[in-house]
Amino acid sequence: MLLKKTYNALVTASKGMVLTLRHMFSSRKDREVGSVKSDNYFKRLEEGTNTIQYPKQQLPVPEVGRYQLDVEIDDCIVCDLCAKICPVDCIAIESIKATQAIGQTSDGSTKRLYAAKFDIDMSKCLYCGLCTVVCPTECITMTNQYDRSVYQLGDLTYHFSDMDQELIDEKKKEFEQQQAEKQAAKAAALKAKEEGKA
Amino acid sequence: MSFYITYIIVAIGLFAFAALFALFGVYAERKVSAYIQDRLGPTETGKFGLLQTLADALKLLQKESIIPQAADKVLFVLAPIIIFVSVYMGFACMPWAPGLASSKINLGLYYFFAILSIEVLGIIMAGWGSNNKYSMLGAIRSVAQIISYEIPAGFALISVVMISQTLDLQEISMQQGVLSAEKVKFLGIWDVTHIGGLLSWNVFKAPHLIVAFVIYFISSLAESNRAPFDIPEAESELVAGFHTEFTGMKFGFVFLAEYSMMFLVSMIAVILFLGAWNTMLPNMGSVKLADWTTGTVWGIIWIFVKTLILVGVQIWIRWTLPRLRVDQLMDLCWKVLTPLAFLCMIISGIWRLWVM
Repeated sequence: MLLKKTYNALVTASKGMVLTLRHMFSSRKDREVGSVKSDNYFKRLEEGTNTIQYPKQQLPVPEVGRYQLDVEIDDCIVCDLCAKICPVDCIAIESIKATQAIGQTSDGSTKRLYAAKFDIDMSKCLYCGLCTVVCPTECITMTNQYDRSVYQLGDLTYHFSDMDQELIDEKKKEFEQQQAEKQAAKAAALKAKEEGKA
Repeated sequence: MSFYITYIIVAIGLFAFAALFALFGVYAERKVSAYIQDRLGPTETGKFGLLQTLADALKLLQKESIIPQAADKVLFVLAPIIIFVSVYMGFACMPWAPGLASSKINLGLYYFFAILSIEVLGIIMAGWGSNNKYSMLGAIRSVAQIISYEIPAGFALISVVMISQTLDLQEISMQQGVLSAEKVKFLGIWDVTHIGGLLSWNVFKAPHLIVAFVIYFISSLAESNRAPFDIPEAESELVAGFHTEFTGMKFGFVFLAEYSMMFLVSMIAVILFLGAWNTMLPNMGSVKLADWTTGTVWGIIWIFVKTLILVGVQIWIRWTLPRLRVDQLMDLCWKVLTPLAFLCMIISGIWRLWVM
């Protein structure tokens, strides 16, 4: 009984020792990083070490990966749909009405609004992709960029607007001036009407 | 007066050796464990991560030494010192090469065994002084385990002493090679006094000492609190056992003691069973390999290599075998190893009387 137990203990212990020894010597081979699509991907994990030395080695990701958000601001018509549908409200948009059509996006939509502010807080984003679905001009997309480590939390808020403060003030002023002119014209018309009545 | 300087130099040398060994021991342990688990281990600090443990040691040196408010301050501060010093003093009696030993004492083995038992005192002081139930549990387990395993280890050592008839480690080493003054018989039959090498090691002189060697090796694992007998530290249950509360250099000393202990018990195993500083190459006719590879430098190389191999086996075992339960641990000690060690001792007596 005791002999059998001792014998079993020795046999099982040596089996384990041989197993670990085999792993130890097979670890001379470093891992080659390959796509998960390759045929023997999981078989390869059995041989050599498994560590991916991240900054030096990177797992290939699909070109159409859905990671970080990116905005092509020239194509944006500042419709605010993305900000409205965002479940976590991580998109903040401020718009200024233009005095006339400013131009066209690449798909032919007319732009009538300036994007004074187009901020996406990636620290809040939950990567649901709803914004990319609702966007009428497909200017907000998800890219295959995934590593955006920053030192300050604020750096995770991406600013996509290309307007500086001077331009914003100028456009605001233009719009206000236009509104004021319109108002004045309206008032004048009204006055003319009233005078005409009287 | 000048011999005091020699003493101090030897002591500093041994300390430097212990510290250096601990540094590279930890590195080796981390690398081996990583490779066994298909990881890479330290790679960034220095070439192949060689400076990683040095960086760790520097970090430990800089760390604040925290003494818990409820701790027994005297015991708490003294514990790591006692743990380390008891192991460090064990180095004193080690023979490194023919005629080269830090301290030539004719009770070497006895001294070694006695001084190592003092470590238990340090461990219980650490556990009690921390005033922390995990530390206390760890210390209790550790003490129970070390004291229990000293019995089979002691009997395994005595069976060697009965064969060699001396407690002097240098003498025991001498008997296992070409320098032996008395007759050496391989397996008790073949006279290999002038052949030496592997054939005249104690384990081959009296084959039952192979069993004694295994018993001693298992017990030494338990005595140095290494896996699979690491219940005193049992990370998953006791945080870190008796050294939970230690920080900075105090922790460093506990760590240093653990690795020095590994080296020391392996060295004793090598000295008693595996031919100490004797070469493993035998004389073959006119090719006198054994004679050529015996000497001071060769002795240091042989004993060092053999000891490192045993340390390697200790590391290998640690990362293979799972931890024993407390009852299994005591079961193994009292019901298997102790009777077997007794048997070895009896066979040693018979061997000495009728075979040698």
